[in-house]
Amino acid sequence: MPGLDAAAIHARLAARFGDAVGALEGARRDNASATVAPAALVAVCRFLQTEDALAFDCLSNLSGVDYPKRNVIQVVYNLYSYRHRHPFALKVDAAREDPVVPSVAALWPHAEWQEREVFDLLGVRFEGHPDLRRILMPEDWPGHPLRKDFVEPEEYHGISTSRESLLKA
Amino acid sequence: MQQLVDSLFSGPPPVPLWLCYLAAMLLFGGIVVFGFVLPMAGTTTWVERRIAGRIQSRLGPNRTGPAGFLQWLADGIKSVLKEDIVPTHADARLFKLAPYVVMSGFVLAFVAIPFGGPLIIADLNVGILYVTAVTSLVVVGILMAGWSSNNKWSLLGGIRSAAQIVSYEIPAGLSIFPIVMLTGALSMQSIIAGQGWQPWSWNLFYSPFTFVAFFVFFVSALAEGNRTPFDLPEAESELVMGAFTEYSGIRNLLFFMAEWGNLYVIGAIVTTLFLGGGHIPGEARLADAPLLRVPLQFVAFFLKSYLWVIVAIWLRWTLPRIRVDQMMVMCWKYLVPIAFVNLIGTALWMVFFPPALEPVVRALLTAATVLLLVGFVRRIRFHLRHARLRRMDLSFNPLSTASVPR
Amino acid sequence: MGLAGFEVEVQRETDGVLATEDMTLSMGPQHPSTHGVLRFVVRADGEVMKEAIPDIGYLHRSIEKIAEKVGWHGFMPYTDRVDYVAAMPCNQGWAMAAERLAGIEVPKRGEYCRVIATEFSRIHSHLLSVGSMAMDIGATTPFTHAIREREYINDLIEEVCGARLTFNYMRIGGVAWDLPPAWREKALAYIDRFEPLIDEYDRLISYNKIYVERLAGVAPITPEDAIAWNLVGPNLRGSGVRFDVRRDEPYSVYPELEFDVPVGRGELGTLGDCFDRYIVRMREMRESCRIIRQCLRQLPGGAVLAKVPRNFKPPAGDCYVRVESARGDMGWYVVSDGTSFPYRVKIRTGSFAAISMIQKLSKNLMIADLIAVIASLDLVAPEIDR
Repeated sequence: MPGLDAAAIHARLAARFGDAVGALEGARRDNASATVAPAALVAVCRFLQTEDALAFDCLSNLSGVDYPKRNVIQVVYNLYSYRHRHPFALKVDAAREDPVVPSVAALWPHAEWQEREVFDLLGVRFEGHPDLRRILMPEDWPGHPLRKDFVEPEEYHGISTSRESLLKA
Repeated sequence: MQQLVDSLFSGPPPVPLWLCYLAAMLLFGGIVVFGFVLPMAGTTTWVERRIAGRIQSRLGPNRTGPAGFLQWLADGIKSVLKEDIVPTHADARLFKLAPYVVMSGFVLAFVAIPFGGPLIIADLNVGILYVTAVTSLVVVGILMAGWSSNNKWSLLGGIRSAAQIVSYEIPAGLSIFPIVMLTGALSMQSIIAGQGWQPWSWNLFYSPFTFVAFFVFFVSALAEGNRTPFDLPEAESELVMGAFTEYSGIRNLLFFMAEWGNLYVIGAIVTTLFLGGGHIPGEARLADAPLLRVPLQFVAFFLKSYLWVIVAIWLRWTLPRIRVDQMMVMCWKYLVPIAFVNLIGTALWMVFFPPALEPVVRALLTAATVLLLVGFVRRIRFHLRHARLRRMDLSFNPLSTASVPR
Repeated sequence: MGLAGFEVEVQRETDGVLATEDMTLSMGPQHPSTHGVLRFVVRADGEVMKEAIPDIGYLHRSIEKIAEKVGWHGFMPYTDRVDYVAAMPCNQGWAMAAERLAGIEVPKRGEYCRVIATEFSRIHSHLLSVGSMAMDIGATTPFTHAIREREYINDLIEEVCGARLTFNYMRIGGVAWDLPPAWREKALAYIDRFEPLIDEYDRLISYNKIYVERLAGVAPITPEDAIAWNLVGPNLRGSGVRFDVRRDEPYSVYPELEFDVPVGRGELGTLGDCFDRYIVRMREMRESCRIIRQCLRQLPGGAVLAKVPRNFKPPAGDCYVRVESARGDMGWYVVSDGTSFPYRVKIRTGSFAAISMIQKLSKNLMIADLIAVIASLDLVAPEIDR
């Protein structure tokens, strides 16, 4: 595979940011990642984007994962470099009660919509986002559906959200 | 028609003459509208749907009646029986009036449209001018429809349509002038009388300028009729049906009849102006046998007009539509200058071109057109051969035990 | 829902005597042209748009949450619905993610069946895409011709897996059913018939002057913008970036196959305009035919499905798998916690990125151009909303 491998990328990150970047997790090319402290996220992303040998010009995927057992909501950034054809992933843990993560919308324009989706479905607030509002659910939907403890409301604007099971006798 | 009425009464008629004329006009008008225009508009929908089907590699209506011929009747009956819906906040009076304005603009044209030979309701001495003027009434109707629907998309469609029709009146009118100059009269029958049955005696082949004027006129007339490639006002993928989105039932029917009937009006005008009207070979010899001659002239005229209806249908289902600004550019930057050049060219041609050479020019233009048509037909056959479409039957029999899913 | 959240500033301009206002239109969610249930709030000054703001979520079916409830095997039919226009690559993405997590290897014949199915799905999807694009521009005929060809593909695939649109053909570990006898000959006969038809399609519509004028130079996207806004697939390649997941991040048996990656060159307009994206799709159909022919020739024998336990429990971990769907690079981020239910599935689709770019692209475009742009970006609502 052309480009740097995950260990080399992680080495550069560690060299530059030290403790803010955790150890390299994941043994394969498609899940190599490192956990990053939220405060350092924007700086790390900017470094990954602008550094010539890394050149991560695309935020391929932005997902949020709810880990109630660890009491965090983890935001996963799958980065990809079209120039060098190498991938890398960053993970940011945010406290579950009030998850706040800095926004990278200024670095990758599409992140605006991706972060809106994570906000909508998991409730993570992105600081510095220009227009943080719901994107898939209606504006007045209560709760964040992808959370593990999400309970669907009984009705929405008078429309019931459950149907009687037709299997009952 | 006036002579016909006069010939009915040998002496002074029992009722005032003007009343006879009025009754005759209404009678003929009624016969033409209900006996010719409406069935012809309806049949054109059938023709269009069958041709569209064949172009699109499918059948078109084929259940109601032989080859689906009664489909338009069925659709007509269905439309008449539908619920009368007027949108809540629509301007009800304008909303209900608009289809009738459009219909009037369309039907009034038939007063001065010839049907071949002596058949014409009123051979006005401003014939072609009257037809052009009256077909512009549809603009008012479409604007009314777009505005009164209380729907921004309809409004957009209505305004686009108004802009389009009004703009394309100019090249259409300018293309009529060369013919009027040539004939020296505006009356439809005079224009026809100035041509003969032979193709080279048609106005189309008089000079290269009238030849080009024909194409300019046909394109402008298509644009006025809101037909693809100029059907932006009715662009289905954008505006559902443009100005007519909110219409259903009879009103919808009236709009569509106006659109399809308008195709025939275009064909009739084109035939009158450029293609020699309803002349048939041997007319002079049959001058005393109107019962034989007149139907033949009618058929000749009808076939020539309907050919252009079919060409319009063909163009609709082949070409994409052009955008509003491109349409305006085409009208004002291309068609209007070309039409002006035609006008001045024809005038100069009439004055300066030696009349002795006129048959030569006519022969050359006719021969060139025939060659073009032959080349066109050969190209079509090439494409058909190239397509190599053979029917394939790839469907599988679900009851076959040859391949059993695990 | 109305205009909540879309409070756009309506600008009143009083130039001299006449006070003018922008018109705010809502295009959709019911509309004959938008590709699925989409809605655009269009702020227009007559015909010219100031802005077109997309409003999505009308087709949100929470497929990602359903994965957490139905289990690894049970999620396969749902993946079809993520993009029902090109469903095979979605199947493949999910299967590959599960196989990566569990370290399962798919038998060779199974991989070849997957590629054949995916490439047929790609042709299927591109036909619909170019057909609807032509129809949106006004030419209804190419649409019906494209649908006619799709019907033959529907028949072929129905014979293999029983379904015409949402296939549920692949399984974790391979494909569900082997190719039926004599299917190979039928598929080859169809490809032989189809390839010249692409030329006919080109003659009918691709280089038609009106069509080219509608598309050339409309909404050009520079390669840098395309990458920054996360465009993928034919949208990205139309802007000149020669990237194809099948070739640059290879998976399955694509390394053994020979095919080109067509890119837009701005031949009839600007690089990255609507016409480039359209013509890239036409050329990709040809490449797919090539791939199918090679696969049918090289098809090995053997099983098509590896042994995978019914109670499938991959070890805990995550992976990000990318497949080249018809609409581009489809990413599957799957987290497993060691149970028989996936912990999290995130599907990253090309149309989501494409529609996010519309607000930027739509400045000073005409409303008719907006239709062309939507069609050229090949948006499908199920991919956007999941």
